[in-house]
Amino acid sequence: MSVTAVAVPARSRSRAWRKLRANRAALVGAVLVAFFVAIAVMAPILPIPDPAATDWGKIRLAPSTQHWLGTDEIGRDILSRMIWGARASLLAGVVSVAIAVLIGVPFGLIAGYFGGWVDSVIARATDALLAMPFLIMAIALAAFLGPSLTNAMIAIGLSAVPIFIRLTRGQVLAVKTEDYVEGARAIGLGHLAIMTAYILPNVIPPILVQATLTVATAIIAEASLSFLGLGQQPPSPSWGSMLNTAKNFLSQAPWMAVWPGAAIFLVVMGFNLMGDGLRDALDPREH
Amino acid sequence: MLSYILRRILIAIPTLILVSIFVFMLQKLLPGDPVLVMAGEERDPEVLAYLREQYRLNDPLIVQYFHWVGNVLQGDFGMSLRTRQPVATLIADKLPVTIQLAVMAMIFAFLIGIPAGILSAVRKGTLTDYIANFIALSGLSIPNFWLGIMLILLVSVNLGWLPASGYEPLWRDPVRSIETMIMPAFVLGTALAATLMRHTRSAMLGVLQSDYVRTARAKGLRGRVVVMKHAFRNAVLPIVTLSALLFGELLAGAVLTEQIFTIPGFGKLIVDAVFNRDYAVVQGVVLCTAVGFILMNLIADVLYVLLNPRMRQSL
Repeated sequence: MSVTAVAVPARSRSRAWRKLRANRAALVGAVLVAFFVAIAVMAPILPIPDPAATDWGKIRLAPSTQHWLGTDEIGRDILSRMIWGARASLLAGVVSVAIAVLIGVPFGLIAGYFGGWVDSVIARATDALLAMPFLIMAIALAAFLGPSLTNAMIAIGLSAVPIFIRLTRGQVLAVKTEDYVEGARAIGLGHLAIMTAYILPNVIPPILVQATLTVATAIIAEASLSFLGLGQQPPSPSWGSMLNTAKNFLSQAPWMAVWPGAAIFLVVMGFNLMGDGLRDALDPREH
Repeated sequence: MLSYILRRILIAIPTLILVSIFVFMLQKLLPGDPVLVMAGEERDPEVLAYLREQYRLNDPLIVQYFHWVGNVLQGDFGMSLRTRQPVATLIADKLPVTIQLAVMAMIFAFLIGIPAGILSAVRKGTLTDYIANFIALSGLSIPNFWLGIMLILLVSVNLGWLPASGYEPLWRDPVRSIETMIMPAFVLGTALAATLMRHTRSAMLGVLQSDYVRTARAKGLRGRVVVMKHAFRNAVLPIVTLSALLFGELLAGAVLTEQIFTIPGFGKLIVDAVFNRDYAVVQGVVLCTAVGFILMNLIADVLYVLLNPRMRQSL
């Protein structure tokens, strides 16, 4: 029983991998994401000025050979702030989704596996959480927890929890009547062993797809919170807060507004393309 | 039918209760003495005593909750610390503004999303399909506050066609009102248009492969008649449900859109409240949004059954 359970996913995994590599859109997405991850990781060693160094003699300079993307309202180099800002965005995206997955998946597993009143309680709580729009919930949480990047990540993560509870629960319901789960139960395995060794591996692919797509949403949410002043606090750079300042200088220094938004757009597009590609690759219906 | 609606309403009740518990518990997240935090700069002992009294902070949690819910059920969401107005009045004042924005955004979303979805389904695999998909993906990836800023830069700052901000009530000056609302509504509508386009496309793809569409084609009906009369009518159901679910997204998007275009609506209310540490207003807005969302879901479910003759018969 367990042999087939392991062998089938392994085969389909390599098939999924081949399909993913053949998907040009997903490849573009992966390249975009890899690019931003690379600059975020290399920020400390890149030959760029200090992102917080102000220069009152260089206020709002247009892009030039010296400052490729121009300078901001207090003379800081925008390229440097963009590169350091990538750290905040990517970190927020990944950490908040990790929070959502780590809380949401176990609850979803428990709800789907045990059913009954446990399921009813978790399902109603999920409905209630889903009734509060993602961003409004994150704004409210960030407001009560206090504005900071950490709290923004917690707020975004908590707001995304119900998405993963619901998804996992649905997957578990589909999987738990399969023969190999029955088999595991028949040989006397405990609930925890069945859930982690037999059910979890089969619900991972759709969770992976959802997680990738949610990173995209989370990055926009972090930028939105920072834009509203509820995320990364000044003087630390973040794309959202850069846009917030930029909107006050639209006619004098439009470049201040163009770059951060373009960066958010590209990295979010990257994650969306990767997520769509993963979904197509992992979708068993297409075989 | 009636029993279905009743059952559906009964299911919504526990959800509503849980939402109210969540919203109530928000204030417990405040670090330190909630009264000191809520009062902000205010250190007047009279104000502090009033707050302690109003939130029944000396009572057990459960008593506090029932007191709060009791007030909410009577339409009393508490007082705004900032404006000293009842939260309910503030919300009632701002709601029409956001509804106007939301309705106009929905119109944009339908006008762009549905035709694009139909077109790309009919021309699946062609250049038109790829372009429509790419635009939809961009619509989903673009942060709408950036799109708003870029539009202000282009349309207001450079071209000078439309005002960058401001608001005029619809009944006072309809032309001016629509003029100031058109850019924000477009910005808000694009993200929804992208979602609508993707769903319309997949619903249409499913229907276009069905036997009755093939039959319609076989009896020699014109392409447009087949697409609109036979296929689209059957694809419309999931789109109706989706539209109700997009309501939440619409409100969340409105928060940022209103902030950029300085529109005095619901979204601006919650953001201002956050910065003024006006927690009663934040709670009121979150609660109203959630109730609105639950109602929209209810309406969507009922509409789904009403519009679908097969479902109607099975009840």
